[in-house]
Amino acid sequence: MSVAAAGVGISSVERTGGPDGPVRGAGPDSAGPVGSRRLTPYFLLLPALLALVVFYVLPTLTLASTSLQTGDLQQGYSITWHWATYGDVLTQYWPQFLRSFAYAAAATLFALLIAYPLAYTIARRAGRWRNVLLALVVAPFFTSFLIRTLAWRQILADQGWVVSIMKSTGLMSVTDWLGLTSGRLLATPVAVVLGLTYNFLPFMTLPLYTSLEKIDPALLQASGDLYANAWQGFWRVTWPLSLPGVVGGTLLTFIPAAGDFVNQQFLGSVSETMTGNVIDSLALTQRDYPSAAAMSLVLMVAIVVLVTVYVRRSGTDELV
Amino acid sequence: MSAVTGAVRGAVTGPGPATAAVPAPGAGRRVAAAPDGGGGVEIRGLVKAFGATRAVDGIDISVPEGSFFALLGPSGCGKTTTLRMVAGLEEPTAGAIHIGGRDVAGTRPYQRPTNTVFQNYALFPHMTIFENVAFGLRRRKVGDVRRQVMEMLELVELTHLAQRKPAQLSGGQQQRIAVVRALVNRPKVLLLDEPLGALDLKLRRQMQLELKRIQTEVGITFIHVTHDQEEAMTMADTIAVMNLGRVEQLGAPVELYENPRTAFVAGFLGQSNLLAARVVARHGDVVELSAEGNRILMPAARLSVPGPDVEVGVRPEKVHLGDLGVAEEGWNRIDGTVVDASFIGVSTQYLVRTRQDEELTVFTQNLSTHLRRVGEQVTLSWRPEHTFGLETGAWERATAAETAS
Ligand SMILES: Nc1ncnc2c1ncn2[C@@H]1O[C@H](COP(=O)(O)OP(=O)(O)OP(=O)(O)O)[C@@H](O)[C@H]1O
Ligand SMILES: [Mg+2]
Repeated sequence: MSVAAAGVGISSVERTGGPDGPVRGAGPDSAGPVGSRRLTPYFLLLPALLALVVFYVLPTLTLASTSLQTGDLQQGYSITWHWATYGDVLTQYWPQFLRSFAYAAAATLFALLIAYPLAYTIARRAGRWRNVLLALVVAPFFTSFLIRTLAWRQILADQGWVVSIMKSTGLMSVTDWLGLTSGRLLATPVAVVLGLTYNFLPFMTLPLYTSLEKIDPALLQASGDLYANAWQGFWRVTWPLSLPGVVGGTLLTFIPAAGDFVNQQFLGSVSETMTGNVIDSLALTQRDYPSAAAMSLVLMVAIVVLVTVYVRRSGTDELV
Repeated sequence: MSAVTGAVRGAVTGPGPATAAVPAPGAGRRVAAAPDGGGGVEIRGLVKAFGATRAVDGIDISVPEGSFFALLGPSGCGKTTTLRMVAGLEEPTAGAIHIGGRDVAGTRPYQRPTNTVFQNYALFPHMTIFENVAFGLRRRKVGDVRRQVMEMLELVELTHLAQRKPAQLSGGQQQRIAVVRALVNRPKVLLLDEPLGALDLKLRRQMQLELKRIQTEVGITFIHVTHDQEEAMTMADTIAVMNLGRVEQLGAPVELYENPRTAFVAGFLGQSNLLAARVVARHGDVVELSAEGNRILMPAARLSVPGPDVEVGVRPEKVHLGDLGVAEEGWNRIDGTVVDASFIGVSTQYLVRTRQDEELTVFTQNLSTHLRRVGEQVTLSWRPEHTFGLETGAWERATAAETAS
């Protein structure tokens, strides 16, 4: 998970995934008390602001400065306002950007499709099993991210049971024909998306659970009393009220997934890399720091733009 | 011989069906149910068991069409469960429910000519008030949604709030929206589960009158669940007093108050003085009893058990407090000593100890400034027709009921 992605994640999620308290009257607040009392909130914010500057603003500025430098390891780097680096990385690596967003979007969609029924069941139907199931959702965190992803390598291996079942049932020939696989699962986009979906599933499930659990069951009974069938009850009541969880969960999945490179590295093919892999190799193998910094910033800005559009459209006005 | 004491609830507030006789104003605005079927509700032998507990234990109720009916009882007596079975939200273990003459067994809530006002309103928080009220109309795909919704909002004078969200409304406003969200569907029966429970006392009084007005105006059957005896008495034409999953007594508020048939009702509705007594003789419609050596007369119809050992009761405000030996001819009387007097403004509450060491409560209107002093010897007297007779042991049960009310 890249630095850029993590930084954006925090700020965006706070805006949308916060408590879905009712919208109060929009009337302008009357002028508050004068003097030092007005400043108190800012003093209270100081530690947070300080942390933000040290851990987010300064690194981002360093990144921006690096991206505009030229030079090499022997003679050192200096700022030359070399904007061309941005053009170079974009023309050279645009397929990686597209792949990152496509994989992340696919993984987010699949995670939503799996996590919604899961969270719904835990919140509404699980009864006394609720806590056990919640514990199981977070249980994977007890093992390292790397080890779990490596485990998928074994499961999806060419000699593994998944591949042999897919081959014997003829499923593999279908996916091959669709261009999703190529006689094997490993080193295909399917494996990468599967890995991403698996790894970020808890980040989708927990916000969904929280918002579903908060919905008063009487609301569904009321909708039933008011002639809504089960589907209408879900679509008109449950779904809109769970939107804060949907937005929170999709952001927590999409943003880190777009910046991820571990899943691609372990499960994908060397020829179909993601942005994270490129940054990784530019910075740590080729030692081309300006290009790596430019890539990171482009990824970050792209994510911020996408997320902003998404949050706007998924309707701050829809959210309660 | 014993007296049930406690808060001066009954006397201070003077319960009575004052509003029951309000004439229907604005007949032009009637949005009554369609004429077919009717909105009477018949409940026969209704039982609901949750595992080993019988939340509703065989109740029979008949609610006339167009009446305001209250289910009254202490917490956990099965009111909500009964209402939910009528709404179709709960499946009866046994028994039958007929609405408008039709057996509703096995039908879904939306297939019944009922709509429910939920205890905490259950307004959809993400929809505007307009959309909340329109919800049922839209699901049934009926036309003219806008006119019907606005008509309903007019009924409760909240048209100006149509575009607000529920959280931007006061409790009383939310309550009214919950009522019209159900009413707009023109149910034949409106089911209300403690709709005023979340409101403060003053607002509750106001909403009681408001609900009564709406019911008179729309003219449909209301079944109203409450544990507040005063609320039930103010609003309902008929009250069913429930206890432990059964109906204790069913009748008009005045009837329940003046002639309680069980100890529970005597204690739950207002306050009662109860004395151990013995049936001595019956003279036609009049029963003669003896309590503490005093001759007590009462109408036979008001004695709910055969006897001979019974408990006779009289409401505290029915008792006249006179100088020792002074009582109207033909009234029941008993002598005692004032042991406590509390002045409450409009009335004074006396505690009088009889010769057998039982305490009776008496409420007197403060017509004169003459107050009885503690230690004064007095004679208590009351009309025979204000006496009621219950089974022995009633006193303990009534005390428990009063604590529960
Ligand atoms: N779903 C349920 N499962 C098990 N027991 C239940 C259930 N619903 C109600 N009960 C029990 O049935 C009894 C009656 O409950 P009900 O909700 O009808 O009471 P109520 O008269 O409405 O009380 P309140 O005034 O407190 O709302 C209670 O003892 C309650 O614990
Ligand atoms: Mg209840």
